[in-house]
Amino acid sequence: MRRVLSLFDSTVGKKAVMAVSGLILFGFVFAHMAGNLKAFEGQESFDAYAQFLRDLGYPALPEYGVLWIARIVLLLAVAVHIIAAIQLWSRSRKARGSRYRKSDSQVFSYASRTMRWGGVIVALFVVYHLLHLTTGTVHPDFEYGSVYANLVVAFQSVPVVLFYVVAVGALSLHLYHGLWSVFSTLGVQNPKIDRIRRPLAGGVAFVLFAGYVAVPLGVLSGIISL
Amino acid sequence: MNLTLHVWRQSGPRDEGRFETFKPEGITESMSFLDMLDLVNEEITVDGGEPIAFEHDCREGICGSCGMVVNGVAHGPEKLVTACQLHMRSFSDGDEIWVEPWRASAFPVMRDLVVDRSSFDRIIQAGGYVSIRTGSAQDANAIPVPKPNADRAFDAAACIGCGACVAACPNASAMLFTSAKAAHLSYLPQGQTERLERAVGMVAIHDEEGFGNCTNHGACQEVCPKGISVDYISRLNRDLLKANLTGVEPGD
Ligand code: SF4
Ligand code: FES
Repeated sequence: MRRVLSLFDSTVGKKAVMAVSGLILFGFVFAHMAGNLKAFEGQESFDAYAQFLRDLGYPALPEYGVLWIARIVLLLAVAVHIIAAIQLWSRSRKARGSRYRKSDSQVFSYASRTMRWGGVIVALFVVYHLLHLTTGTVHPDFEYGSVYANLVVAFQSVPVVLFYVVAVGALSLHLYHGLWSVFSTLGVQNPKIDRIRRPLAGGVAFVLFAGYVAVPLGVLSGIISL
Repeated sequence: MNLTLHVWRQSGPRDEGRFETFKPEGITESMSFLDMLDLVNEEITVDGGEPIAFEHDCREGICGSCGMVVNGVAHGPEKLVTACQLHMRSFSDGDEIWVEPWRASAFPVMRDLVVDRSSFDRIIQAGGYVSIRTGSAQDANAIPVPKPNADRAFDAAACIGCGACVAACPNASAMLFTSAKAAHLSYLPQGQTERLERAVGMVAIHDEEGFGNCTNHGACQEVCPKGISVDYISRLNRDLLKANLTGVEPGD
């Protein structure tokens, strides 16, 4: 444990911690996207899938057992990821000191430049999303357990769908830069991987984006309906 | 050529600094950027002013002394050259040129365009060497080195320590420099014994000196006059993580 904690002492170690927590979050984001697509199979199948998640591990574990373990792991990953990001961000600001009068930002990719603010947008979106479709606090007509119905009602509104598309876009950009950076941060040195890591990250980010916007757009266009 | 030049002037580390504008005459396309500054300095001296301070030595792109941010790009608009190897033909008549020093807290400005880069020396002192007695030069092929490794070590050793990587990095990180200085040893058999503690030691001082963290933008690689690749950073990361996880401390 001490060794893992000592990782947090150096910038490189902090980045490794961000990379690992980021990978955990990425795994969740991908599974979540795949699960969402079940909405295209209709109400019964989707609600059954939601029930399956709640019952996962039962009876070995109490009901909601696996769900809560996953939530706690994700929460920890989010916390670590954000704490390290803030510490590194503030370091970088101090490291630059005075700013350039002129700076040519063309050498950076759009995704890398928007990593930090993009991350903030994603974080705010996640809070909204939980209040929207998990607790139902900001949902117009939330009924606990009717996952499919809640989803269809939620995405009737065009502004809500637009917001989702923008947020998912920010998430995909964030993951594009994050995913291909992971290899470097964790010191993966394999020329074969090096060659494909950018297109790989781009492809995965695109699949995520497409998979995530498919559901709200499906609702808006009436393919997914009650 | 007619140019408008805005140069950062700062009388000392504590001065706030400001831009001063010059409209030098007699610049030709074949002059190097430093020749052009020399010309401006002659005019300033004739008028009884303080010449613009900038570092230079070899003027042939090998010593790493010179360095300034020209129009927002470290070492100016041409790829793979230092400021001394940048020529005025890279600009056009009527251009406005902004010249600034490297900006990083670990590189405090001493005067005008001159910054103190001794933080780089301290990173080297923290492990950028091999502590074995070398004696007289060995027979060249006494220790076999695979050709790809020899090439990678050589490419890393091309780093001239100019600091452009830090200047260009949005985080003012010196990971490109640090990783090159670690890699030119870690690719060779002589560098193996101290490999992990070197990584820990150099990264610790890198951080302590106040350089930022690498966020994989790749701006350093873009501006590096010697074309040092960011792959070396990944190699240093790997060594550091290995050292951390196996409990290697600096100076072990
Ligand atoms: S890595 Fe390149 S830019 Fe950085 S100090 Fe070495 S030569 Fe200069
Ligand atoms: S003066 Fe030596 S590299 Fe420019």
